[in-house]
Amino acid sequence: MILSTSLNSTSYSFFDKLKAVDYFLIIIVAIIGSISVVSIYSTESGSFSFYTKNHLTRFLVFFSMFLVLSFVRVSFWYRQAYIFYILGTLLLLLVIFFGISASGSKRWINFFIMNLQPSELMKIAIIVCFARYYHRIQSSDIQSYKYLLQPIILLLIPCYLVITQPDLGTAILIAGSGLAIIWLAGLNLKYFIYSGLILLVSLPFVISFLKPYQKSRILTFFNPDRDPLGAGYQIIQSKIAIGSGGLLGKGFLQGTQSYLEFLPEKHTDFIFTLFSEEFGFVGSMVLILLYALLIYRIIRIGFSSRSFFAKLYCFGFASGLFLYIFVNIAMVTGLLPIVGAPLPIMSYGGSSMLSIMLGLSIVMSCKIYSRDPIGN
Amino acid sequence: MIKKIGNLNKNKIISRRLFVLVAAKIGLLGIVTSRLYNLQISEKQKYEVLSDKNRIREWKTPPQRGIITDFFNNIIADNQRVYQVHLSLEEVSNFNNSIFKLKNIISLKEDEIKKIYENKEKSKPWDTLIISENLSWNEFSKLNLYLHELDGAKPVLATSRYYPYSNDLVHVVGYVGDATTQDIQNKKKIEENFVPGLKVGKIGIENSKDTDLIGNHGTKRYEVNASGKKISEISYNKETQGENLRATIDLEIQQLAQELLKNQAGSICVMDIYTGEVITMASSPTYDPNKFTHGISTKDWNEIKNNKLRPLLNKSLAGLYSPGSTIKPLVALAALEYGIIDTKFKVNCKGHDHPYELYGERYHCWKKNGHGLMSMRNAIKQSCDIYFYEVARLLGVDKLSLIAKRYGLGSKVLEDFFSEEKKGIVPSTKWKKQVLEQSWYLGETVITGIGQGYIQTTPLQLCLMTAQLANGGYKIKPNLIYDKEIDLDSIKSKIESEKNKSVSQNILKDREFKYYERLYRNPNNLKLVLDAMYGSTNEQFGTSFRSRHKEDKYKFAGKTGTSQVKRITDQDRELDLDLDEIEYKSRDHALFIAFAPYDKPRYSLSVLIEHGGSGSKAAAPLANKLIKKILDRHELREKIRKDLKNIA
Repeated sequence: MILSTSLNSTSYSFFDKLKAVDYFLIIIVAIIGSISVVSIYSTESGSFSFYTKNHLTRFLVFFSMFLVLSFVRVSFWYRQAYIFYILGTLLLLLVIFFGISASGSKRWINFFIMNLQPSELMKIAIIVCFARYYHRIQSSDIQSYKYLLQPIILLLIPCYLVITQPDLGTAILIAGSGLAIIWLAGLNLKYFIYSGLILLVSLPFVISFLKPYQKSRILTFFNPDRDPLGAGYQIIQSKIAIGSGGLLGKGFLQGTQSYLEFLPEKHTDFIFTLFSEEFGFVGSMVLILLYALLIYRIIRIGFSSRSFFAKLYCFGFASGLFLYIFVNIAMVTGLLPIVGAPLPIMSYGGSSMLSIMLGLSIVMSCKIYSRDPIGN
Repeated sequence: MIKKIGNLNKNKIISRRLFVLVAAKIGLLGIVTSRLYNLQISEKQKYEVLSDKNRIREWKTPPQRGIITDFFNNIIADNQRVYQVHLSLEEVSNFNNSIFKLKNIISLKEDEIKKIYENKEKSKPWDTLIISENLSWNEFSKLNLYLHELDGAKPVLATSRYYPYSNDLVHVVGYVGDATTQDIQNKKKIEENFVPGLKVGKIGIENSKDTDLIGNHGTKRYEVNASGKKISEISYNKETQGENLRATIDLEIQQLAQELLKNQAGSICVMDIYTGEVITMASSPTYDPNKFTHGISTKDWNEIKNNKLRPLLNKSLAGLYSPGSTIKPLVALAALEYGIIDTKFKVNCKGHDHPYELYGERYHCWKKNGHGLMSMRNAIKQSCDIYFYEVARLLGVDKLSLIAKRYGLGSKVLEDFFSEEKKGIVPSTKWKKQVLEQSWYLGETVITGIGQGYIQTTPLQLCLMTAQLANGGYKIKPNLIYDKEIDLDSIKSKIESEKNKSVSQNILKDREFKYYERLYRNPNNLKLVLDAMYGSTNEQFGTSFRSRHKEDKYKFAGKTGTSQVKRITDQDRELDLDLDEIEYKSRDHALFIAFAPYDKPRYSLSVLIEHGGSGSKAAAPLANKLIKKILDRHELREKIRKDLKNIA
């Protein structure tokens, strides 16, 4: 009875809430955010202009939003999970009809104050959606075909929509986050192995459906010198920039590769390259450590949460976050093909910042309302 | 309860699965970290180099050539300001359009435009193209007026070679022109310092001393961005000017010599008989080396090329002539040295009616009525041919050739300084066997005795021969660039010490001689020959008597020569035509060698006038004027020499 009272207890004093906030996590996010502003500032050769101003504003706005939304009850997210998913999917559909095209792909919708990239929101929506989906399912039911098929369909719809934009990178990240939760929920290992094998076999067919630029990216990945001034240019220049940074880097605002315009996409996907060129191996390690701490804090919050929803969400989000970071760094160091994946918080881009901050606020909400019973 | 157990299970599964995920994450993190380590620590050097290669681009700046002066510090090869227009290719939006616009402003010719397009093909996109090297002030100011319409065009103030005494020194100094692919391949210095538009020496001192004159190119290193635009200058390693050179030439004497040779084909060489300094090396006709600096026009080139008197031939060292009678002192010396004849030996010259005969061939003296009974001194003085036929026959061609070579004939005077210098021919029995694969005839010995036949010499060789006779018989080292290692006083003392050395047995054998080594056996033999040359110029009946100086301080000794261009037939002898009546190409070459002053010899000279007629009429009179000038300038030259020595 005592137990049930405490379970049903849904009243928190303001003081309780403040006490429950994970300040350490906030500090880490603030530090990474500051580093990102400094890096964007450097992409503009040390002038406080367009990109820096925009980035700083976005960071401050979305960081505040993160703090505010942290106090939204986690049960709210649980209840609205499917709505969130449907909203994301609708926006993706809207992109097809009203989207803005840039450099050969259609990813954005103009919302006057900002150009929203729905696929970025979908990264969070899929995690929230799957967390809710698996929250209710008994572990014994998970292996059944019904419960296997439903999430796959839920996953394939947004992935397909994103791939056709085309945006392979984001699609992979969405799929990766979704699969992470399916894995966490306990789907039998054999399904992962089977689907992995099927993917491997169908790879040649998949490749034949890829756009020419995507094919060339993959070929270039295996041999960047194939076309050093064309498709291989980005990865070669990025490796030169990182490598020439050395142990301690060339120094703040001294990254020659970036300020002499050798580095492409330096504000967005290649921001890590710029940072690494200027601050070297040591700087890169510090940044990676900060990300690791961030992920660790999120996992820790997941552990301390009672509900499966919160656990699955936190672990799923942590895995997603890790995936974004890994794919980005692996990509700019030449470990993976260039697929277009921003580095969370660091990269210039409103939608990405929005989705990460939104994701974090749900994490924080899990922390603050960790005692909330969900779904009963 | 079941649900609770289920939840417990689910919790366990999630935790276990998370553990696997975290392990995978740590693994992937390890991969990324090691990748970064690999790039930034292990291969840092490689990527640093690549990064610098990206951002730093070098531009070479042209060096300035060293200046050449004569012995008295008169500039004979200078650098002059020129107005040029360059085109920076990276700034040009439409190349064809730019050339079209430029064509209208600075009047480019079709062949020039063709060359610009050729050069463009060879250039890199960030190179600068030289559109015109030498604009007039009018064109240059017009260009500046329209500059705003010409993207990439740059008016440039540059320097280029200028020869203030244009024609007078072209055969000594030479000229410069664009470096050809061959020039770049042949000379490492050119290859190392090559910059588009670099001028290199083509002939003369400019060519042989190119390595010293070129200097070192500068390097401007710029930081450039990805599109190749210059962002900032990183460093400027300034170019260094080439070495300045002092030639041994005396500009004034050179100019006088060229003046004396005007409208004739010929050469005048003057040499310091101790230091071997070439004081004058004139060759006529000449041409203007300034025309070559920016590429000579076809019209000018044809004019030079088609001139019958062959201006391009440096007659002093690439013109080959029979020495004629100028060889006679050497023939006499050889015969005396080998003890073939003594001073009392006499030959009777009886005129054209009684020629010298050998195996049925007849050999005539130039003097119709004959010289009478000739002693050696008289035979040199009056240049009697009959006497030297007989002496040569007695001496034999091989001994003659040995002595002739010893005194400087048959080899290059300035070694490899001039690529065009000729060795000439000093014939011997062995030479004929080897080269012509025939045996030697005695008749050929006889005519070699008067400097005809196979023997071929350059005027500079004759000048050197005279110098080495006049300095008392010592080998000297001819040179054209002032060399502080060659010191007059030490040469004189070296010669003095050689004089007193006992003569080794093999002095008359065929062997190599070192510089300043004694070349003769008996000093009296040499004295006799030089005295005979004195007689030739300063005594009545001497062949150059009319060209003598009466004033003691200008007194010189010489020997005339008249070298036949073709065989004189009996009919020619019968006709005995005046010079004007003979076709130019058939006229004799006039030669004269001399040294001065007679009592204390210091300078030797040779004069050659192609098809000038007789040596005494055409060549010797020039020596008269030259020697006065040379001796008048002697003190000044010695003062400069002393100053130079003190500086060193």
